[in-house]
Amino acid sequence: MATGERQVVFSRPESLAPVRMHYCPGCTHGIIHRLVAEMLDEFDLVERAVGIAPVGCAVFAYDYFNCDMIEAAHGRAPAVATGVKRVRPDLFVFSYQGDGDLASIGMAETIHAAARGENITVVFVNNAVYGMTGGQMAPTTLLGQVTSTTPFGRDAKTAGHPIRMCELLATLDGPAYLARVTVTSPRRVREAKRALRRAFEAQERGLGFALLEVLSTCPTRWGMPPEKALSWVEDEMTTQYPIKEFVCAEELRGDKAEGDS
Amino acid sequence: MRPSTHRQSETKAMPIERGKRILMRGNEVVAQAAMDAGCRAFFGYPITPQNQIPDYMARHMPEVGGVFLQAESEVSAINMVYGAAAAGVRVMTASSSPGISLKQEGISYIAEAELPCVIVNIMRGGSGLGNIAPSQADYFQSVKGGGHGDYRTLVLAPWSVQELYDLTREAFDLADRYRGPVLVVGDALLGQMMEPVVLAEEVVDPSSLPAKPWATTGARGRPHNVINSLYINPPDLAASNMRLQERYQEAARREVRFEGEHLEDAKIAVVAYGTAARVAAGAIKEARAEGVQVGLFRPITLFPFPSTQLAEVADKVDTILVVELSAGQMVEDVRLAVEGRAEVRFMGKCGGVVFTPAELVEAMTSLAREGH
Ligand SMILES: Cc1ncc(C[n+]2csc(CCOP(=O)(O)OP(=O)(O)O)c2C)c(N)n1
Ligand code: SF4
Repeated sequence: MATGERQVVFSRPESLAPVRMHYCPGCTHGIIHRLVAEMLDEFDLVERAVGIAPVGCAVFAYDYFNCDMIEAAHGRAPAVATGVKRVRPDLFVFSYQGDGDLASIGMAETIHAAARGENITVVFVNNAVYGMTGGQMAPTTLLGQVTSTTPFGRDAKTAGHPIRMCELLATLDGPAYLARVTVTSPRRVREAKRALRRAFEAQERGLGFALLEVLSTCPTRWGMPPEKALSWVEDEMTTQYPIKEFVCAEELRGDKAEGDS
Repeated sequence: MRPSTHRQSETKAMPIERGKRILMRGNEVVAQAAMDAGCRAFFGYPITPQNQIPDYMARHMPEVGGVFLQAESEVSAINMVYGAAAAGVRVMTASSSPGISLKQEGISYIAEAELPCVIVNIMRGGSGLGNIAPSQADYFQSVKGGGHGDYRTLVLAPWSVQELYDLTREAFDLADRYRGPVLVVGDALLGQMMEPVVLAEEVVDPSSLPAKPWATTGARGRPHNVINSLYINPPDLAASNMRLQERYQEAARREVRFEGEHLEDAKIAVVAYGTAARVAAGAIKEARAEGVQVGLFRPITLFPFPSTQLAEVADKVDTILVVELSAGQMVEDVRLAVEGRAEVRFMGKCGGVVFTPAELVEAMTSLAREGH
């Protein structure tokens, strides 16, 4: 390369629309969006993908991805994704859902799509709180965690226990890929990208249900500055929700899925 | 998990004969009509008295290369319909009253997102778990929107197995034309009874249907499509609401359907739809034989309601007798249409109880005796 010649080494993924996102400062929804878009680019899916947006802070995801998008009712994204995928198996269908959406109101849809081995990819953003509605308790809220509806901290006696979705779904035979990652550091982001690649690959190879749980920050509803929110994920959330690959179909090990980002 | 060795059903698929009278059950006719209309996806959840619809679909949808899926609930089923409709395929779900209640959120989304689909309600006695007997108690839910928001669904009300076939087929065309959910309402009696029916010789080839450029089928060579019912800016939502209202007005101009019998000389007009109209028609014949001047006005589209046409009838008769299998629902729309032109009386049976023809004959003759 001639000296002085400039080269673009980093740019916005083509699948990510050039618009300003509405997420709060320090919210990791944006990083997760970017990873999804990078995968859409990498697998050359923008003309063949249909994304399902949730009800939750990611509701406007339909404005952020350049592929066809459907906005689903609260919790129903896996059923909507099933409807699309069953009639058009040639399309790549993914949903993007929060913890209230996926693990509370949409629990039945999630479990049954997984049990059917529905050939879809689910990106599950677990921020242990209801972001959009003002910081209420989520099914994934930690014991002792203060939310607007557990003002004295979540008490198992009255508010029950947190739900570990990957562990729950791993009891089923339908999932081809289940993993939990986070995006709190560059290394974590790279690991998350590797896992997301497998979650995409699973569908492209027709292996069955794939879900990637991403531990995400909500500095606004947690009442923490962004940096502290990142360490709260590492210090508190990962102990309750271990970073781990739970299910990985044989076909996904090795080759392309193994490649680094 | 290892598959069990449960026996396979031995029944062979019998080819149905088209273009001549055959005997079929109402629910099965609904399913066949949908496939004949080019429907290639069905999502449902078991509930009596409509179970023969999913059963028939499970067996026959694969023959036409379509999708059958038993969902985990009616909530999921309607959202699968939402997805399949968004992908541009003709799709249907069927249920009965409690299940239709569960679908209402989804129907509201489908309406605002402007997606065509067909929803069949084989009504049963309500409220609550009610029972599995014939009922028309979901009239309000069907014609007034049903779920939250400012939308309606077109509602077709067949009264025979033949009409179940014809109207279910037509429902798919209406859904595409008005880009919204269309409801076909029957009841336990219509769904369960066997009657002669002629299935059309021509069936719709889905590939011959007009393209749906708005569908989410992959953004190839076009900007990305979004299927959505969220309009965060109130004037935008108002515009979307009004677009729907204009469609309903157009449907009111073009799609209103009803049938009249013996209205020429009638002093009493019975207004009834579906099974109630079926029983009433028999009773009217008997009452006329006894010299009572009575006729039948049968709405076939419950929304849009044949208000203008009914008002014209009301101008000519003394009394309107509304006969329903409910505690009194359609009668409100009848009163709105009639606007005092004639006296409106109501006769209802609810909770799954059905009129005997004799009860209706008695009602008609005593009305006539009253001097109406
Ligand atoms: C049927 C229904 N119930 C409740 C709501 C209100 N609601 C909107 S978003 C939300 C929770 C979202 O939380 P989560 O899924 O964790 O996503 P986040 O906002 O944290 O990203 C709720 C309860 C709704 N829109 N629809
Ligand atoms: S409320 Fe929380 S989850 Fe929602 S955008 Fe803000 S930080 Fe992110």
